[in-house]
Amino acid sequence: MKRKSIRTSRGNVTLSFIPYGEIANLSSVSKIRRILDLCLENRILIIQGRLTPEEETSLIQSTMALVGRVKNFKGVEIAVISGSTRNESVMDRMKENLAKALVGDRGVITLIGPAAIVKEIKKDPKKIELLLK
Amino acid sequence: MVINLIKRFFGRAFSALFRAKKELSLGFYGPPNAGKTSLANRICKDWTGEEMGSVSRIPHETRSVQIREKVEIEYNSRKLTLKLIDTPGIATKIDYEDFLKYGLGKKESQKRAKEATQGVVEAIKWLDDVDIVIVVLDSTQNPYSQVNITIIGNLIARKIPVLIAGNKMDLRKSDIRRIQSAFPEYDVVGISAKSGKNMKEFYEMLFRLAKKAG
Repeated sequence: MKRKSIRTSRGNVTLSFIPYGEIANLSSVSKIRRILDLCLENRILIIQGRLTPEEETSLIQSTMALVGRVKNFKGVEIAVISGSTRNESVMDRMKENLAKALVGDRGVITLIGPAAIVKEIKKDPKKIELLLK
Repeated sequence: MVINLIKRFFGRAFSALFRAKKELSLGFYGPPNAGKTSLANRICKDWTGEEMGSVSRIPHETRSVQIREKVEIEYNSRKLTLKLIDTPGIATKIDYEDFLKYGLGKKESQKRAKEATQGVVEAIKWLDDVDIVIVVLDSTQNPYSQVNITIIGNLIARKIPVLIAGNKMDLRKSDIRRIQSAFPEYDVVGISAKSGKNMKEFYEMLFRLAKKAG
């Protein structure tokens, strides 16, 4: 699957879909650099898969290092949407964990957008809303 | 044989004694304005008579890590010695213009924003130096924010015992159940750091948390 960009009716907003294969094999540093480079281009990213907790904190640290140094960059908004439910049986969870170990966590979507464009990502167990400025 | 048994008995007794006296590093983590400093102040005031840091309605009031060592808590005939580490609120975005709304000047707001970004980086670095953590969440706010999930996910990955404190339970909009359903695998206690509501249960859970640190 290739990366796809969808330009919205708002002149300066671009949604970019990043398939799992495009960042799965990158090092943590390269992954974070790729994400931030795209955010600095004012793109909203829809990533197949998710970052590890350590990568998420590194992303926050790198983001904070850029705030105030890069003009008009105020940080990012992040949300992770998982398809799994809490009512799954132990067997289902084991199958899911095995699949994750073999082919990666593809059933999860990560949304990341520059805070200058994305006002808020509202999330609760039933829905997710991306509010633009 | 008997000598070995005696040696083992005294060895265990001494190690238990030293373990009990060990100072545990307790980190306060959470998003800005959740009440981390208010809770640290409440604990400090309860057991030392002094407060730790200043609090404000303006977000990012704590912009550098505040430490208070050797805080001794004696509760229900149990003792705990803590090093309290109050960290700046973790955020994924900081906009100086948000501070203007609170009446701060442009320069002051920009300075506050710069210090706040450095504070977030410092708070994350301190994750390497805490034994147990209280994640303080504002119980009037939506708990499903990625910052909350990232903080808790990191603590779990590092095998650091966590207690979630749903603060501001004295407010009408407070919803502790929503926090419990967002994080069903973790201990959650509702408190009001400001009024001291439910602090007895909090201290009970704090001792249980300390026990998990071994």
